[in-house]
Amino acid sequence: MVERKTSPTVEASLTALAVSLRAVTKTYDNGVMALGPLDLAVRKGEFISLLGPSGCGKSTALRLIAGLSAASSGTVRVARHEGPVQPGHGIGFVFQEPTLMPWTSVRENVRLPLRLGGIPKAEGRARADAALASVGLADFADAFPRELSGGMKMRVSLARSLVTDPDILLMDEPFAALDEITRFRLNNDLLALWRSLGKTVIFVTHSVFESVYLSQRVVVMTARPGRIEADIRIETVEPRGEEFRTSAAYSDYCRKVSAALAPSYSGQSTL
Amino acid sequence: MTAQSSVTTKPSGAQSAMRLVLPVIVFAAGLAAWELVVRIKEIPPYVLPAPSVIFLTLIKDWAVLSQSLATTLLTTLEGFVAAGIGGIALALLFNQSKWVEYSLFPYAVVLQVTPVIAIAPLLLIYLEQQTAVVVCAFIVAFFPVLSNTTLGLNSVDRNLAGLFQLYGASRPQTLRFLKLPAALPYILGGLRIAGGLSLIGAVVAEIAAGTAGAGSGLAYRIAESGYRLNIPRMFAALLLLSLAGIVIYGVLALISHLVLRRWHESALGKEN
Repeated sequence: MVERKTSPTVEASLTALAVSLRAVTKTYDNGVMALGPLDLAVRKGEFISLLGPSGCGKSTALRLIAGLSAASSGTVRVARHEGPVQPGHGIGFVFQEPTLMPWTSVRENVRLPLRLGGIPKAEGRARADAALASVGLADFADAFPRELSGGMKMRVSLARSLVTDPDILLMDEPFAALDEITRFRLNNDLLALWRSLGKTVIFVTHSVFESVYLSQRVVVMTARPGRIEADIRIETVEPRGEEFRTSAAYSDYCRKVSAALAPSYSGQSTL
Repeated sequence: MTAQSSVTTKPSGAQSAMRLVLPVIVFAAGLAAWELVVRIKEIPPYVLPAPSVIFLTLIKDWAVLSQSLATTLLTTLEGFVAAGIGGIALALLFNQSKWVEYSLFPYAVVLQVTPVIAIAPLLLIYLEQQTAVVVCAFIVAFFPVLSNTTLGLNSVDRNLAGLFQLYGASRPQTLRFLKLPAALPYILGGLRIAGGLSLIGAVVAEIAAGTAGAGSGLAYRIAESGYRLNIPRMFAALLLLSLAGIVIYGVLALISHLVLRRWHESALGKEN
């Protein structure tokens, strides 16, 4: 799935790309075509959102990029760290649910990727604590997941995805199950993290407002099989913050993105 | 306000006390009625011994009975350990290879549904008596461990499994850090059932072996006392068996609670 950049000409054209999908399709064993053909190029350091109706294959696309499932056709290229890296090192994944192990502490949950990669315990604990501090949960390292609120669990999940210092962060509707106030706070925290860490973020969501607020590019997908309907660049004064959320430019972008999404909910429903 | 709070706390406190007191009262009343009926009707001990007689027999025959108790408990423990290790190991094997599961699972079911009392005489022919008794305890007890562990290993969160895949976890790592902890509540549930069942298996085998002779477990004592019309000793041995069953269940439930109390729903207090 993950192809190394081989020929120098390809490398020249891809240097700035973190992820590229070319004519990618995914057909499930039961014959349902979930995706594509899909072409998508994500530059290094870019924050893009994949927006679309339920079942449009956004999550499938993310799983293909993560290498969690294989494309039926087409090529998926992911640029990773050079040199000796652990498998998965270059990619962090945040699921829709916190997906924490309930039987162990928050620190051990965050340390898991390092533990699986054979990083010594002391170093792993230090890095886990640092990752927890970066999401504002330094005091909860010894707590168990069930003792945390939904938003805090999601932060732990985020810390776990950051602990390997990945180049690319894949997020699959991470805040969909949270209340709006918590979601706004986590949106701001995520933006701050993205600005300070400079990672490539691919963020799957079904919220127009969230996608416009967070990303530099909103990629709108059609209903199944998922294809790209529109690719809208969101340009505003950076760093954006709460004032952007209430600005006229923001509502203009939301209108534009909603319009691109409209065929999906006005057309014939596949749900 | 204070009256209200006392009203809300009182029933719950009283309720928990009642849950202890009521069974004890029922037990005492039952014993008293039993004692009374036996005395008034002057029923001879070889028909129905009074509780007091049973208790005195328990003390008088303690040397014999405690020996038998130790034998039965040892058999139960051996059967339980074998069932625990065997059940978990077989479940792990099934989990690693579908082909092994398809090939062997039907036989595990056959072993489970065939009444052990019918298998015991056969085992006694082919195996040494002590071994046969342990094998009986094993046969009865291993299936709940096997099926519960299998269920647990298959109940792993799909996203967590994906996470392990993403970080390139090896099979042993996935087993140790993901599958076994996720299956632990199920395994402990299986072991809790297996504890009581291995006692039953041991007793069944001892009874089946009783006529053949050399045994000295509690069930053997019951059979032997029956032939000798020593009814009080039958009851005393039965009492010890019940107590042993209760203690086994209690110990396993306690272990399960201690292991799971920090994270599993089943072991969390209601106030959470």
